[in-house]
Amino acid sequence: MDNIVKTDAVADVIKTDAVIVGAGPIGLFAVFELGLLDIKAHLIDILPKVGGQCAELYPEKPIYDIPGFPIITGQGIVDNLLHQIKPFGPTFHLGEMVAGLEAMGTAEHPLFRVHTDAEKTFEAKVVIIAAGGGSFQPKKPPIAGIEAYEGKSVHYAVRKIEQFRERRVLIVGGGDSALDWVLNLHPVAKRITLLHRRNEFRAAPHSVNAMRELAAAGKMDFILGQIAGLKGEAGELKAATIRGEDGSVFEHPTDDMLPFFGLTMKLGPIADWGLNLHENLLPVDTEKFETSTPGIFAVGDINTYPGKLKLILSGFHEAALAAQKAHRYVYPDKKLLFQYTTSSTSLQRKLGVA
Amino acid sequence: MIRITYKDSEGHSRTVEAQPGSTVMETALREGIPGIEAECGGACACATCHVYVDEAWTEVVGKPEQMEEDMLDFAFEVRPTSRLSCQIKVTDALDGLIVTTPPRQG
Repeated sequence: MDNIVKTDAVADVIKTDAVIVGAGPIGLFAVFELGLLDIKAHLIDILPKVGGQCAELYPEKPIYDIPGFPIITGQGIVDNLLHQIKPFGPTFHLGEMVAGLEAMGTAEHPLFRVHTDAEKTFEAKVVIIAAGGGSFQPKKPPIAGIEAYEGKSVHYAVRKIEQFRERRVLIVGGGDSALDWVLNLHPVAKRITLLHRRNEFRAAPHSVNAMRELAAAGKMDFILGQIAGLKGEAGELKAATIRGEDGSVFEHPTDDMLPFFGLTMKLGPIADWGLNLHENLLPVDTEKFETSTPGIFAVGDINTYPGKLKLILSGFHEAALAAQKAHRYVYPDKKLLFQYTTSSTSLQRKLGVA
Repeated sequence: MIRITYKDSEGHSRTVEAQPGSTVMETALREGIPGIEAECGGACACATCHVYVDEAWTEVVGKPEQMEEDMLDFAFEVRPTSRLSCQIKVTDALDGLIVTTPPRQG
């Protein structure tokens, strides 16, 4: 096993026992269960923060079915989990999406290379997929034919500011992303237009004020209305059709459009990893919660099995059992002794309390 | 008995019974009404349960609160009658309510 790792070693590969895909509540708790078994983990999440849906969709909402907590908020359980896993020192790679997964080992001695879209490469003996409903990705406006422009003149994120130099840029939305890019692209672009459906904004007031000042000084345009269509050829945008606040429909010439309509969950690249899929979920057994590929586990909302319930508490149980099997792969020669945190000196030492 | 009618963008209409205290979104999901996705499960966090409230009902149903109005920025073809159905609580006063689902939730 060690030899395999060394032979394939590449200088800038991050080597670890386990890579956890997704830093939601189940991914976080997997760190705990793996940690008790001396398995070190790195977590990768596409969101810029930990907590998954709990943090992104309902941080303030109360959850009533976490065992031992009659009531706790989405953010509350995330904060508690972070506290709980602290002794195990997990490494977080946030704002990155796992783009590729290669199996390099054997069924008895699995080994994986995991690549992210931030060009990081990991080498791990086990991969725990705790991806929930998939990755949070920008929502695409349902405009007929928008796909033809994507990547060329319709962009859901800004990778290089220079790309917009001397271009007419239409930014759609009223949140921080929209306003931040209005202000950041303004010095570079030929002309910035902000399109928003109402004269109130979710974005930070100082960004809104800065935008209003630019618009009042005639240095950019602010249009009240909604996007209705796109015009152009071969992926090159010529104009956007806008429905104004008064119902009038008009064309607005532009070279680029940046729509900011929030996030939606998509399965994403997991579909391309050669794993069995059933209705966009990963079928697993209920003993080890392992996928069709030995060494790759799936826990939480992303998996499916007879009787599956998409509950946080089910994910916790799944992570505990997956960790037992992961131990066999990471420490093939070590015997695993079942112990309780209440009484085991060895576990308490790992938790830093003994 | 409270009845709610859901129309789709093609004009098909379905009338179902609703429980007081539940939401117009929950009622739609329970009755298998197409055109309402409710991706976030009713947390007012996704704008995929967008509906247009029938003109005759806008006053009874009321206006969205700030948080819902913010989230409507993520919906498409928003109109003055737009609401997120997860934020409309079913009450006796809503018996006969008519809502229309948009062609796409996003």
